[in-house]
Amino acid sequence: MAVALILLLVAIGSVLFHLYSPWWWTPIATNWAYIDHTISITFWITGFVFVAVIAFMAYCVFRFHHKEGRRADYNPENKRLEWWLSVGTGVGVAAMLAPGLVVWHQFVTVPADATEVEVMGQQWQWSFRLPGKDGKLGTSDVRNIASDNPMGLNRDDSHAQDDVVIENGDLHLQVGKPVKVLLRSVDVLHDFYVPEFRAKMDMVPGMVTYFWITPIRTGTFDVLCAELCGAAHYQMRAKVIVDEEREYHAWLEQQKTFAELSPARAVVKTTYQSGGK
Amino acid sequence: MVDIPYEGIRSIPPAEVPDVELYHPRSWWTRYVFSQDAKVIAIQYSLTASAIGLVALVLSWLMRLQLGFPGTFSFIDANQYLQFITMHGMIMVIYLLTALFLGGFGNYLIPLMVGARDMVFPYVNMLSYWVYLLAVLVLASTFFVPGGPTGAGWTLYPPQAILSGTPGQDWGIILMMSSLILFIIGFTMGGLNYVVTVLQARTRGMTLMRLPLTVWGIFTATVMALLAFPALFVASVMLLLDRLLGTSFFMPSLVEMGTLSKYGGGSPLLFQHLFWFFGHPEVYIVALPAFGIVSDLISTHARKNIFGYRMMVWAIVAIGALSFVVWAHHMYVSGMFPQFGYFFATTTLIIAIPTAIKVYNWVLTLWRGDIHLTVPMLFALGFIITFVNGGLTGLFLGNVVVDVPLSDTMFVVAHFHMVMGVAPIMVVLGAIYHWYPKVTGRMLNDALGKFHFWVTFLGAYLIFFPMHYLGLLGVPRRYFELGDTTFIPSSAHSLNAFISVVALTVGFSQMVFLFNLAWSLFKGEASGGNPWRATTLEWQTPETPPGHGNWGKELPVVYRWAYDYSVPGAAEDFIPQNQPPRATQLIQGAAS
Repeated sequence: MAVALILLLVAIGSVLFHLYSPWWWTPIATNWAYIDHTISITFWITGFVFVAVIAFMAYCVFRFHHKEGRRADYNPENKRLEWWLSVGTGVGVAAMLAPGLVVWHQFVTVPADATEVEVMGQQWQWSFRLPGKDGKLGTSDVRNIASDNPMGLNRDDSHAQDDVVIENGDLHLQVGKPVKVLLRSVDVLHDFYVPEFRAKMDMVPGMVTYFWITPIRTGTFDVLCAELCGAAHYQMRAKVIVDEEREYHAWLEQQKTFAELSPARAVVKTTYQSGGK
Repeated sequence: MVDIPYEGIRSIPPAEVPDVELYHPRSWWTRYVFSQDAKVIAIQYSLTASAIGLVALVLSWLMRLQLGFPGTFSFIDANQYLQFITMHGMIMVIYLLTALFLGGFGNYLIPLMVGARDMVFPYVNMLSYWVYLLAVLVLASTFFVPGGPTGAGWTLYPPQAILSGTPGQDWGIILMMSSLILFIIGFTMGGLNYVVTVLQARTRGMTLMRLPLTVWGIFTATVMALLAFPALFVASVMLLLDRLLGTSFFMPSLVEMGTLSKYGGGSPLLFQHLFWFFGHPEVYIVALPAFGIVSDLISTHARKNIFGYRMMVWAIVAIGALSFVVWAHHMYVSGMFPQFGYFFATTTLIIAIPTAIKVYNWVLTLWRGDIHLTVPMLFALGFIITFVNGGLTGLFLGNVVVDVPLSDTMFVVAHFHMVMGVAPIMVVLGAIYHWYPKVTGRMLNDALGKFHFWVTFLGAYLIFFPMHYLGLLGVPRRYFELGDTTFIPSSAHSLNAFISVVALTVGFSQMVFLFNLAWSLFKGEASGGNPWRATTLEWQTPETPPGHGNWGKELPVVYRWAYDYSVPGAAEDFIPQNQPPRATQLIQGAAS
């Protein structure tokens, strides 16, 4: 019976494709293997249901397709069967939801020892900011943005002066150190997306969003924008480099602080303003 | 074995059939153009939706050309690519599927299936179509205005939708919003009609629990649409005000192309909440009519009652209600308050239970049936496979933490195309093969239909099943080109090219279907009034195609539910809903 066979082959082919195709998730680079495990559980449960439903359907087509003299049963309801199927489905759903919610709890609970890093998105580039010696990021506002202050930092905030500002550069992170990635945008929605990190979050103008990760291996990873942000969305790229402690500090030493990057002009501007009045 | 509840006959009200005032056409114009006959309006809706749907189909070819063979086609640039995806998505979801299921199938089938002469407000029904047509024309006009259509993505998220970094910022976005507002006005006129007709104009004996599931699906979807579309309506008006008058509903202080804009104080997330409060029910506005129709296709062509009818009705109602409390599962990575994730993941996964019940009942209807592998039945089987596949991948995306790596990747694109693209379109196609004989009096060609089914079903599966794995790999969606990355292997580009070739093949194979529709109109085999030997009322009309007023002199009287197939003891394997118990021919020797 050709139709039944083709239907069955669709199910079998899907399973074989899943097992043997070369396309699979990237090797993970953070602590979020829990997410991968949850996906695996979901694959097992949904895969079982998929094959079972299609195989049952194919069997019905094979066994009960029209022949001269065949007559269907008359069987409007079967309370017991419907009840058991509902309960079984509920159990399957719970088996996926429970680990999902547990991992979500971890995902939204930032560990106390996480250091902060800021990523800022704008059409169509990334900027990064690390806290300086004081360990705190200064405040910022879109209205402060000027050519000498592209991240809109607050000059009156002493915490901002020693912040390390990285424009048109790559972000370095230290392996094994939990980091809270603070995300903001100055124009439209963006999304800081590194496939190997598993975590991602939209960046929304007017608010600060976040996720946290602990990098577990060194390497260089692509940063892409995952939320449509206009014409050059596909070209909005950067790199994140996860270093060992020594390389990380060597890199950090070379970076410029906000005060180093734009002190002179800031002074000039202030003088001019006060002189004009 | 369950007894058929014939005692329902006693509940039939006295045989008064009030005179229904119908506007009878007096000229060619009022018969075929400004018609108030729901059946003509249905065909107008269907043809308009199909025409704009063909535009969306061509847009999908252009997108696939770019994705499969980046850099090859110089006539597609990054801006146009964004315009193509935006218009493709918006047309398919709203102007094709919503209009076709509710305006097309709803108009044709509701009055016939409930035993009414027409919709209760025929004039408003006519207006509904003309406003819809205007909305389609406004939408189509954006291809010809300066700057072209909007390229903000079909979700139209501000701030970018109305800022200058996005194509179509001048006219495109303004006309898109205007068109949506018109569509919702037109839909509301039709939608109120469908709801009131189902509630008030059912013929004698047609209790709610005797309605065919097609009517239940369309009815529930219409109620949902009447509740959900207002959210899109206000979002469209507010975004239009932000764009035209400089209000800041959705616009915080921001920098536009290097300078501080005049906006300040608004919230981009507010738009997303409004959009998805409409957008998620919208998925079920498309799915529920498909659920209902496919139930009737399976039952009729398997010659067996739908399994668990009452459970099917309650599942439709439960899905409709639940779909209003799951919207933020589209926003898990939007930056909204993270604790919302628990609630929305739970509601979203709970909705899987009534949905699964529907799937079980479809396949259990096949069990010990007498399955006729007609073209409508093949499409119904194709629907079950693609819907189960797409529904199950929804469990990935609905489970908040699993969504984090998968959102905004091709996994999402594959999921929603499978579940609300391919699956409902399988039903649309199956339904057209099923009801074409009633609409035209002729059968569609069977051999062409089977060819059309296999190419469409297998092709669509080959397009969207492997696409999930591109998303799992991390390939982002809405990308004009993938460019250089370390994580996308060249084999993924080959897969993209393969998908494009299959997509073009499936697209062109639809021409076979269009040819079949046109050719069979004149040359198709005469069908008679009830070629599928079906029980529901639309097959029992005195004329085929049914005349204006549907039923001749007397409205039908309904004595039974819609699924009396293969009733034990009855001579025929179907008993029409309007056949009195005493008129049922029994097999010799069977007890009545």
